[in-house]
Amino acid sequence: MTLTPAELTSAVSGGIGTSPQRPDGNLKVRGEFAYASDLWHEDMIWGATLRSPHPYARIVSVDLTEALKVPGVYAVLTHSDVPGRNQYGLEHKDQPVLAVDVVRYQGEPVALVGADHPETALRAMKKIVVAYDVLEPVVDMETAADSAPLHPGGNLVRHVPIRRGAQDLQADVVVSGRYEVGMQDQAFLGPESGLAVPAADGSVDLYIATQWLHVDRAQVASALGLPEEKVRLTLSGVGGAFGGREDLSMQVHACLLALHTGKPVKMVYNREESFYGHVHRHPAVLYYEHGADHTGKLVYVKARIYLDGGAYASSTPAVVANAATLGVGPYEVDNVTIDCYGLYTNNPPCGAMRGFGAVQAGFAYESQMDKLADALGMSPVDVRVRNAMTEGSVMPTGQVVDSAAPVAQLLKLVQDKPLPAGTSSDIRELPGGVSNTTHGEGVVRGVGYAVGIKNICFSEGYDDYSTARVRVSMVNGSLAAAVHTAACEVGQGLVTIMQQIVRTELGIERVTVLPMDTTIGNGGSTSASRQTYVTGGAVKAACAAVRSRLDGRVDIGSEVIDETVEWRHRATEALDPVTGQGNAHVQYGFAAHRAVVDVDVELGLVRVVALDCAQDVGRALNPQAVVGQIQGGSAQGLGLAVMEEIQTSGGKVRNPSFTDYLIPTVLDMPPMSIDVLELADPHAPYGIRGVGEPPTISSTPAIVAAIRAATGLALTRVPVRPEHLTGT
Amino acid sequence: MRVNVTVNGEQRQADDVWEGESLLFMLRERLGLPGSKNACEQGECGSCTVYLDDVPVCACLVAAGQAHDRSVRTVEGLADGDRLDPVQEAFVEAGAVQCGFCTPGLVVAAHDLLNRVPSPSDPEIREALAGNLCRCTGYEKILDAVRLAASRR
Ligand code: FES
Ligand code: FES
Repeated sequence: MTLTPAELTSAVSGGIGTSPQRPDGNLKVRGEFAYASDLWHEDMIWGATLRSPHPYARIVSVDLTEALKVPGVYAVLTHSDVPGRNQYGLEHKDQPVLAVDVVRYQGEPVALVGADHPETALRAMKKIVVAYDVLEPVVDMETAADSAPLHPGGNLVRHVPIRRGAQDLQADVVVSGRYEVGMQDQAFLGPESGLAVPAADGSVDLYIATQWLHVDRAQVASALGLPEEKVRLTLSGVGGAFGGREDLSMQVHACLLALHTGKPVKMVYNREESFYGHVHRHPAVLYYEHGADHTGKLVYVKARIYLDGGAYASSTPAVVANAATLGVGPYEVDNVTIDCYGLYTNNPPCGAMRGFGAVQAGFAYESQMDKLADALGMSPVDVRVRNAMTEGSVMPTGQVVDSAAPVAQLLKLVQDKPLPAGTSSDIRELPGGVSNTTHGEGVVRGVGYAVGIKNICFSEGYDDYSTARVRVSMVNGSLAAAVHTAACEVGQGLVTIMQQIVRTELGIERVTVLPMDTTIGNGGSTSASRQTYVTGGAVKAACAAVRSRLDGRVDIGSEVIDETVEWRHRATEALDPVTGQGNAHVQYGFAAHRAVVDVDVELGLVRVVALDCAQDVGRALNPQAVVGQIQGGSAQGLGLAVMEEIQTSGGKVRNPSFTDYLIPTVLDMPPMSIDVLELADPHAPYGIRGVGEPPTISSTPAIVAAIRAATGLALTRVPVRPEHLTGT
Repeated sequence: MRVNVTVNGEQRQADDVWEGESLLFMLRERLGLPGSKNACEQGECGSCTVYLDDVPVCACLVAAGQAHDRSVRTVEGLADGDRLDPVQEAFVEAGAVQCGFCTPGLVVAAHDLLNRVPSPSDPEIREALAGNLCRCTGYEKILDAVRLAASRR
């Protein structure tokens, strides 16, 4: 008998559209899941990294003599020990593995120590003598382009202009503003860690927590001067990522130490080092001008956006393109003038973080929409609905949005949700909580709305694909499947999704997810909300190949059916360098939030009382995981709205700890009611739309809008601090 | 120094422990129990929460030597063989586990809460878990998990 996939779906449980338990859930609750920091190897030693204390300095000399004398030290390495190319980077190879004659940010790696105990390594590190000639750092993104060049090509990493329609229009109502976004940290809980194990033939195995095995491997091999096949990467347990693991941290360093000493080397950052060890969200300064007619219809939007990329390029070029192309938000505007700049400075390097350029623009354009509503005497929802994009709308890039864009519907969904009861009399539910700062006096309530847009998958003509292998054989008399990719599970639940897809496509309930490693082809990055789309698409395609060989059989004897498929989404185009026109993106995702806040206006304390969200996900392959993503993304947006910022002064980080860099606790998070729309995208596998990032974009401006509604203050900067509310 | 400690009911011994070492390091690196996590190592995140003589503590803030002749129960000691503790079961079922790095600490903290307060109110759950950071979930499904575990006791 031959079954169609649809018939098979009903035959097995745990397919798409259901919420089966994660395959790694049991291990995780038992404490038996092996994260990168849990790895252990016979005879292993510990690696540590000496970092620059200065944001900008020339290295005059490095003296390793005393460090090498510390008992228990196996190696102390500098740039001269890097056998291959001492430069790496995601888009521009501008970052040294170990600094040569200059350091460009505080925390830049200068030397490595390998020792028998982490404490020995720390003590040896303190004995390395580096003489620096301290230079004046460049720290202001708005003037950086005209400052002394930090790199040979100057301090402008990328400029993306958008020119659409008429460029010099008048409008009945004009609002303008200058907005700022502080530097947010991904603050994943599992610190950067890995274990490098050298082999006798000069090759190396690296067990690592990362977002992208193949691009890590290419960069590691280049730095080690090895062919790629001599560098093997296996994903170990990843304790969250959110963009912060897309760049290298200790990958090359651990391998260098391992190859140099001939011993397995483990490196684990502590929290302070983690703040220096990965890129952050770009701080931004954004100038906006919106013109509208009397009915609230947008006539034009003009914007000038600066993104501080810090000392090295990382993914700044792509972040700049996102902020520019998504810079007006999910609205129809015929006349757009945008200039977006990414700059080098001596601030910490910035790169990928959930929302990737769309977050910074989102805070500014949504603040502007509220300002416009105010100027017109319209409600914030009405002015947004008046301009809401729909399917068929044209982006500022000229790209037509060719699948569902239910912007007005999402806003209405959050607007129609019941509002929470009035300000509580339980101090645990008031701003300040059990610090007992108020019993309700001086507390004002406000409600705010926001909606956002995010591109899904990689853009601008990038060859974005994933590779999946599905193997089917008989186990104990019935068919069993195994699925193998190099796509990184970082906590989001890709392992569950892959099992669900195989169950649905093949009607096989028992599906094993094989370790993710570089013995199979590229899985692409776990970023841009793309893995369910692209790796999901690849797994689905590999299943189709297996299915045609299965040909309906439920007993294949000793045969093993093993198919590997490379799958890519439809192609995108580069942006025109002068007009910024082009079909640059694959898919757009949308989410809307309504935030309700209580503000103690005397002390400047904010409590978010409710944070409800509606999002279109095309199709919810795993409804429970979808809601989990939306809630988690909303929480990170709340963090940016009211608490999270890496504070720098003269390029130095002032708060590299969880004592001083605050992320939301369970006391800071309100209940979040989530509405999920499933308007299928005909271009995507199963109609899905990427889920992870959109909620991070609209959460922040909705909360700030609610605080403005409560206080009447302009609030043009996030995070909003108590002093912004009290004026002290 | 040598540390004798009962861990999850078993008498264990660690040698050559350096005075500055934390209980967390000893558990993870010397006793082969990496379940307790190391997200901050400075008492801010709760990922390292273990019972020390039945009182939950941040293992990163306790010197290994302080555990000498005492009893420690870690996340690895909560399940009864293959049978998960109801708190562990509820975390998996409710979708409270994403990356899972916060999970061991939260599971121990929730386990302790339900031992003390079998049917906690939401504000009581929030207060009890306030020292445990989670970066992935926004905490909603963690609250669901604790409510679910409470309802099953
Ligand atoms: S690791 Fe102990 S509290 Fe964070
Ligand atoms: S599940 Fe990742 S930190 Fe909580």
